[in-house]
Amino acid sequence: MTVQLMYLVASVCFVLALKGLSSPKYARYGNFIGAFGMLVAVVTAYLHGVVHNGLWILIAIALGVVVGIPAARSVKMTAIPQMVALFNGVGGAAAALVALAEFFAVPDTTVMFRLATVLTVLIGSVSFSGSVVTFLKLQELMTTRPVLLPAGQQLAIAAGVSSVALCALTMAVPNGFLLWLLAVVGLALGVLFVLPVGGADVPIAISLLNAFTGLAVAASGYVLANTLLIVAGTLVGASGTILTRLMAQAMGRSLANILFGAFKATAVVAQGEEQRTVKSGTVEDVAILLGYANNVVVVPGYGLAVAQAQHAVRELVSQLERRGVAVSYGIHPVAGRMPGHMNVLLAEADVPYEQLKELDDVNPGITSVDVAVVVGANDVVNPGARDEPASPIYGMPIFDVDRAKSVVFMKRSMRPGFAGVDNELLYNPKTTLLFGDAKDSLTKLLAAVKQL
Amino acid sequence: MIDLLTIFVLAVFVGFEVVSKVSTILHTPLMSGANAIHGVILVGAILITGSAESTLELVLGLVAVFLATVNVVGGFVVTDRMLEMFKR
Repeated sequence: MTVQLMYLVASVCFVLALKGLSSPKYARYGNFIGAFGMLVAVVTAYLHGVVHNGLWILIAIALGVVVGIPAARSVKMTAIPQMVALFNGVGGAAAALVALAEFFAVPDTTVMFRLATVLTVLIGSVSFSGSVVTFLKLQELMTTRPVLLPAGQQLAIAAGVSSVALCALTMAVPNGFLLWLLAVVGLALGVLFVLPVGGADVPIAISLLNAFTGLAVAASGYVLANTLLIVAGTLVGASGTILTRLMAQAMGRSLANILFGAFKATAVVAQGEEQRTVKSGTVEDVAILLGYANNVVVVPGYGLAVAQAQHAVRELVSQLERRGVAVSYGIHPVAGRMPGHMNVLLAEADVPYEQLKELDDVNPGITSVDVAVVVGANDVVNPGARDEPASPIYGMPIFDVDRAKSVVFMKRSMRPGFAGVDNELLYNPKTTLLFGDAKDSLTKLLAAVKQL
Repeated sequence: MIDLLTIFVLAVFVGFEVVSKVSTILHTPLMSGANAIHGVILVGAILITGSAESTLELVLGLVAVFLATVNVVGGFVVTDRMLEMFKR
């Protein structure tokens, strides 16, 4: 009775946590409430459910804390997405292991419990291996482009079919070996599922895998007949699904297109390698351009964060404002490596909220913008996404900076963006390129603007 | 069994409802927070290990406890670090 009551308290905390996390004002409280609910749940489980091995459990928890907290504390803000992917993956693995352990403890159960067991093992393994691949992609330990194996699609289908067959077989003939095999096939499925997802779509895959882990946890709740696991897992599964859809919408793409798009859009990126002329300018040119403008929009991207140039850009913007230039930031929904990532990074640099504008606020007035400054962004200003149906990023909403009066493009090199697509904007006569490290260029620009 | 199913279905609707109006700005923290919450599998891992009879169960359970703990503490701490940036 008390146990169930405590689990109910924890469930309510989780609902309040998600609710809080969806509003800027209460987000931090939401997170605290969630952590509190978790503490209640874990202490309750430990006090009432542990018959033996108590010491071992405490040691395992201590180890988890020792590994988890420093990792979360020390991760750079730019690397948050891959960290979330990793935490998600270990959660999925934990769910699969719990179902496996329960199967060996009580192998003889009803069909419904077997169904829940095979689903937990399958979804948990998919989520684990898929998350590991997204981690490797975001950490750039492997290519960020879509990876298309020869016959990758057939392999994925084969893995999908055999996992369903194994699920059915394990339910009919409960057998430990079959369940292990299912876990292995699930791992392969996760890898095959995420490999073809590339570039800016990777975060959406993380969000989906997050929802998957939620479902695996919910299914494990059936296995253990534990209401808390069902409620919390389902909450995450459902909210994660909605969140994934919202993210896909923010990119103007359907989920199916993101997950399976790469199969169709086979490497069309190999374009003619002819030398095309670009116009590059000096710091002084750009300083004059900016200093005497009325209206400037800054479009920051992941490159800005990598160069740790958030503070430099804020100082430049303040200086321009002192000269009477109206400046705002155009924040693309997927700027950075995750939806909302750039907002976090700029908030870190004390950029006021009111200056952050979204696509719909910027684009209608873009023709009256004197200078659009693109810092470390690429794909989110690529006109190809709007004009070229053949482009892999076609359909993603972009900032129409090519329609501004002039464009300053700060770039480290001519290397294409995360999605690996060439950008027509670079060759636009209106565009002035400023090569160099973003932080370095911005600092020099600040000095040059002060001289004006 | 039907009780559990009822809970499941109702939780689906609650899950849809609570995040339906989230702004883009909070997508990343929300994903990360939800990520921490599914770490509740730690409860399952503790229960299973606490009643484990064989070495295999014990080992599987303990690995699950370890991984789930990393998921929980890492998830909440990383979310808090993100949200800390938003406070004015």
